[in-house]
Amino acid sequence: MEEKEILKRLRFKFPVEVEDSAVSLGDDVIVIAKDALLPVATFLKEKAQDYAMLLDLTCVDFRGKEPRFEMVYHLFSLSRNIRLRLKVRLSEQDLWIDSLTGLWKNANWLEREVFDMFGVRFEGHPDLRRLFMYDGFEGYPLRKDYPLRKRQPPTRLRD
Amino acid sequence: MPTRIEKEARPDSLLLNMGPSHPAMHGTIRIMLELDGERILNSELEVGYLHRGFEKTCENRTYFNLLPYTDRLNYVSPLINNLGYVMTVEKMLGIEVPERAQYIRVLMSELSRISDHLTCLAAMAMECGAFTVFLYKMRAREFIWDVIEQTTGARMTTSYIRIGGVKADLHPNFDTVLKKAVDETRDVLKDVHGLLDKNKIFLNRTRDVGNISAEDAINFGWTGPCLRSAGVYYDVRKAHPYLIYDRLKWDVPLGERGDNFDRYMVRMKEMDQSLRIIEQAAVRIPQTARSHISGGIEPAEAIRASRRRKPRENINLSPNLEGSEEFRYRDITASQKGLAVPPKENTYTTIEGLIEHFKFFMSGHGIQPPKGEAYFAVEGGNGELGFYIVSDGTDRPYRLHLRAPCFHIVSALEFLIKGRYVADVIPTFGSMNMIGGELDR
Amino acid sequence: MSGDKKKRPPAGQFITTQFNSLLGWARKFSLFQYPFITACCGMEYMSMVCAHYDFDRFGAGWTRFSPRQSDMLFVVGTISQKEAPVLRTVYEQMTEPKWVVAFGTCTVSGGIYDNYAVVQGIDKIIPVDIYIPGCPPRPETVLEGFLKLQEKIQHQEQEWRWKKKKS
Repeated sequence: MEEKEILKRLRFKFPVEVEDSAVSLGDDVIVIAKDALLPVATFLKEKAQDYAMLLDLTCVDFRGKEPRFEMVYHLFSLSRNIRLRLKVRLSEQDLWIDSLTGLWKNANWLEREVFDMFGVRFEGHPDLRRLFMYDGFEGYPLRKDYPLRKRQPPTRLRD
Repeated sequence: MPTRIEKEARPDSLLLNMGPSHPAMHGTIRIMLELDGERILNSELEVGYLHRGFEKTCENRTYFNLLPYTDRLNYVSPLINNLGYVMTVEKMLGIEVPERAQYIRVLMSELSRISDHLTCLAAMAMECGAFTVFLYKMRAREFIWDVIEQTTGARMTTSYIRIGGVKADLHPNFDTVLKKAVDETRDVLKDVHGLLDKNKIFLNRTRDVGNISAEDAINFGWTGPCLRSAGVYYDVRKAHPYLIYDRLKWDVPLGERGDNFDRYMVRMKEMDQSLRIIEQAAVRIPQTARSHISGGIEPAEAIRASRRRKPRENINLSPNLEGSEEFRYRDITASQKGLAVPPKENTYTTIEGLIEHFKFFMSGHGIQPPKGEAYFAVEGGNGELGFYIVSDGTDRPYRLHLRAPCFHIVSALEFLIKGRYVADVIPTFGSMNMIGGELDR
Repeated sequence: MSGDKKKRPPAGQFITTQFNSLLGWARKFSLFQYPFITACCGMEYMSMVCAHYDFDRFGAGWTRFSPRQSDMLFVVGTISQKEAPVLRTVYEQMTEPKWVVAFGTCTVSGGIYDNYAVVQGIDKIIPVDIYIPGCPPRPETVLEGFLKLQEKIQHQEQEWRWKKKKS
């Protein structure tokens, strides 16, 4: 099948870096090591594989587990009409990863959003600042240890 | 804290702020422009003024409870957001929805899509000065909202498409009201084509303004009408067909140059195609076996009578529950237990129904997808609307992430307006259909 | 006011109360609104202003997109913490007399969003005259709220002597 072929190709080209691959509910998933992100992404974007679109980029906080954070990338190939999910695990002490802004332009804002919400730093990002929250906001809201209702108003509120 | 543009700006250029409260900013975006006279040298966008903490809130609500939050994402086409979320959960649960419910979902999605395109183009035209177009399209939208309101109960934020199916069956008068809405929309579209298509002023403002090439559009992650205006054939309904889209005959309009005018034309033609889908679906929808039965006993009496045995008479349910009577359930909801609120008649008269009702809503019970994750995308008004849900086996999602189509489209605005005039920002931004609820989540 | 009529007030006070009512009547039927639209309620606002539910028949059809030229601030849609200083600035830029209408439950009390990012009701930032609940409120609800505002304007003490309104 076409989808499984990409998993085989990746395993063949990056035998060390690909930690796991699976087909979960019809989606192809591969888990790779942190250092392998840029080479794997470049390989996937080449004409032979043609994953021309970065659909989405997000992070999941598995608090209590080590490594704590998991970056999830969704790639899409228009010509072959298949999606691929890339996962990279990051630990809290070493919370940085390579930026994909060189390959896909929308990674710029997506990575700023992840930085804003989780605190993950992106090496090579041209302008890493908060996207949604206002200047002076402390903390990273989507982490599991940030309480839902903790309010830090930027202006003084009336009562 | 100085923004990037303040740090980078040349000393003799003017910094203009198209601030968050601006009539043409669709609410809540801030565009900072560095100007030399009227030409834009550089620009910076600031978003997040409508960040409402959707993703964090969803981690604290059960799968059923968070349905109203999904309505308020892309608030011009709320039923499509409902659909996207619900289909992701159904993918995780592995359930199949009855055929009539699928047809109803398609009808409602397409009505929502038409109202999305109507609103987008109405706002874009109004900002360019064509106020009549705005009034005409809002009129058509009212008729469409009448159709939606009759079945779902609300004009906008409906929470109608539920896990397992839909909340209620179509109103018996649906076909008449739908025909009126379709006819009115067709009239309005014809009028607007006459007003804008060959209008010199509109063409001057939108032709060859905000051009983007197909490669750039793909690199930016554009999907939906904006990508199709650049000539790329990608529609989630054709590429990964869901519900019954593969059984209906319809086309995908494409543009050529990727400019504002093409985005306008693609949306207008898509509305025609949506009307085609609606007409086909309304004819081919499988009929319900029985018609609406009226009369019966009051619920309090039924509860009292059920102490001895289950009453055989019909129960007069409240008007809010019109369309979700027990005999309709096999048409509108999947048959697995625990996915939808059990029929009210069972709740009133049997102990199993009562227990099922409580277990559905109780914290710790209810819908509990197995551990794992899923990503499902539907074609939203702006493009590929994807939901990524990570489940840890409990009744609340561990992580819910929305792939917002207009996020990627708006991130290209700085690239599109560079070197243009200030007045070009308005139609460019308007044709992108930025919806704050979806962009900022 | 009815008590005054029984006691036969001095002529000057009679004229000022009549002038007060006249000014109230003029103001309530010629409101210039500033729609501060952020979110979903904006869709119902658009419906309300358009032909089906016609807001113009109350004299408030013209939207003035400048705070200096408007006297009614229609806060439509959720106000997030980031937007709050902007709202405050816009309110302070408006000239007296001014009225604020909170349109939609998000502005009334934060709505369904009780979290780190949303202000729980705009009366925490600016004083509000009329609260219109609903998520989103139907246009008829908004029109009823607007009629209440008109009543309030008619019966309030008009500032035509340049006295500062108590905030």
